[in-house]
Amino acid sequence: MLEIRNVTKTYGTRQVLTDVSFDVAPGRMTGFVGGNGAGKTTTMRIILGVLSANEGTVSLAGNQLTPDDRRRFGYMPEERGLYPKMKVEEQLVYLARLHGFTPEAARRNARDLLERLDLGERRNDAVESLSLGNQQRAQIAAALVHDPEVLVLDEPFSGLDPLAVDVVVGVLKDRATAGAPVLFSSHQLDIVERLCDDLVIIADGKIRANGSRDGLRAQHSRLRYELLSSGDAGWLRTESGVTVVNFDGGYAVFDADSEATAQHVLRTALSRGDVATFAPQHPSLAEIFKEVIK
Amino acid sequence: MTTVTPDRAQSTRPSAPSTIQATWLVAEREITMRLRSKAFLISTGILLLVVLASIVIGGFAAQNVSDTKVAVVGTASQAVSGADGLDVTEASSVDAAETLVKDGSVEAAIVPDSTTPLGIAVIGNTDVPSGLLAQLSISPPVHLLDENATNPLIVYFVALGFGLVFFMSAMTFGSTIAQNVVEEKQTRVVEILMSAIPVKALMAGKVLGNSVLAFGQIAIIAALSIIGLTITGQTDLLTGLGAPIVWFVVFFAIGFVLLASLFAATGSMVSRQEDIGATTTPVTMLVMIPYFLVIFFNDNPTVLAIMSYVPFSAPVGMPVRLFLGTAEWWEPLVSLVILIATTFGTIWLGSRIYQNSLLKMGARVKWGEALKS
Repeated sequence: MLEIRNVTKTYGTRQVLTDVSFDVAPGRMTGFVGGNGAGKTTTMRIILGVLSANEGTVSLAGNQLTPDDRRRFGYMPEERGLYPKMKVEEQLVYLARLHGFTPEAARRNARDLLERLDLGERRNDAVESLSLGNQQRAQIAAALVHDPEVLVLDEPFSGLDPLAVDVVVGVLKDRATAGAPVLFSSHQLDIVERLCDDLVIIADGKIRANGSRDGLRAQHSRLRYELLSSGDAGWLRTESGVTVVNFDGGYAVFDADSEATAQHVLRTALSRGDVATFAPQHPSLAEIFKEVIK
Repeated sequence: MTTVTPDRAQSTRPSAPSTIQATWLVAEREITMRLRSKAFLISTGILLLVVLASIVIGGFAAQNVSDTKVAVVGTASQAVSGADGLDVTEASSVDAAETLVKDGSVEAAIVPDSTTPLGIAVIGNTDVPSGLLAQLSISPPVHLLDENATNPLIVYFVALGFGLVFFMSAMTFGSTIAQNVVEEKQTRVVEILMSAIPVKALMAGKVLGNSVLAFGQIAIIAALSIIGLTITGQTDLLTGLGAPIVWFVVFFAIGFVLLASLFAATGSMVSRQEDIGATTTPVTMLVMIPYFLVIFFNDNPTVLAIMSYVPFSAPVGMPVRLFLGTAEWWEPLVSLVILIATTFGTIWLGSRIYQNSLLKMGARVKWGEALKS
């Protein structure tokens, strides 16, 4: 378990992080979401020890992190960076060796990873000659080449096409399944929604929500239901305890004041005709996000 | 929530390298990447060719004082036998010799003349080559009290040589370090590196790698000069220059580390290649000033004496003084100690600037901010 506790950071007089606390559990993918300038990158840099916090601690399995512990982290910085003129594989081998790998082991890891990321054929190309998407894959390989115990990835999916996203997700899930805590940030809320087990939402340097994805969804569900019936659903407007959100002929989205009201609506609808769909509508991550950061 | 502990057993994760190992890895990358650069190899090749060419040309210039062509008649040949620098043609008679002088195929003729005490006379067309008369006359023996007095022109070229080689190498490798630091900062690869190894190791590796390259280049130039001087037979110059060259290499090796840490530190203060000049200019000045001083003041013992003790100019000043023979045997040692102490201080200061500046993107880092602890 990677534990971030009461982390505070100021740049000059500007407070960028205020009392930030959350956990990244082993074996789980934790999505880290927030607007631009909310403090995601600063938090990640502090976790990696690249920046130091004014206050607060970061610990792994109960022990405060030392520089040596952090060497076993895999880090992907927000702004991409590899040596432009170095060959992809050479660069990965170099990074693995900086982590103490022998040249042979480093090469083996680099090749395996490049194959996994469909970059095997480009391994002897200079990084600057790769397409942006492929540079991104190389960057992910750079974060993983030393078999890190903990992954901290800043926007790992930006710039990837949907197929590449799937490839990368596969690789990351493998690491999580092997027991690594994985923390990743993203602006693409749909991807985060699909991927993450846990979720941390940050705004203005403060943690606004934090917990399992499903838990957060349940917490923010509003008894909203979707109804698709054969007849006109205009009668819904007169039902007590029902607020219609969206309406189009037989289709309606409505908020109910209780489960019982919803069940009553379903029975009424069935008595009036056929019902094709009746389902609770879970709020999307985008909706939760907007609500939480308000 | 599932609790899975990271499975350490199945991985082959090695322990982190020591700072020294990490430093060496960084240095190794600097060296291999540099040796792979065509621009570097070509410019080094050109530099070596220039050094070689100047030695060979210098050698020829020393030997190519062309012989004076003279004609001799009869017994006058005895007067020139064993004389250096004469291209002697035998003429059958005085008239034949005069003809040779007139048509310019010889510069002078030496003919028998019993009316003079020497028993010979010299015939020229409009004048007689200087030196020829001196060679034919009897001079009293000469004793020079200061045999070490060195030709000012040679002093100038030796000073220029040390100054130029120092200036070129320090500039080339120094600015390379600054550029590499900014490149790492600009591409943000520095964040990955910082998460892998200590910042100290990163800077030390850069300084070490480039110092090894610069030192290698200087050592090759020094070896080439010594071999070249030997082959072209300029042994007189070599005797005077051998020790100063060795001292130069020693001073350069340490002096360059000093400059390299300054270049790394000042380079780290900017985020874009375009801005490098803004912070590295003071360091560039430190490299240029000794070069100009040694060119303009190589005949001024006071300036040279000061230069030979100031750490930034000692690599040039001390070898020149040693060549001139104006430095006592212990002086280079004292200067070297000063240089080493300054270098340690600078590395300490430089790594502080480096550490403070590395992650500050955007505008140039202010000196106050860079130096704060």
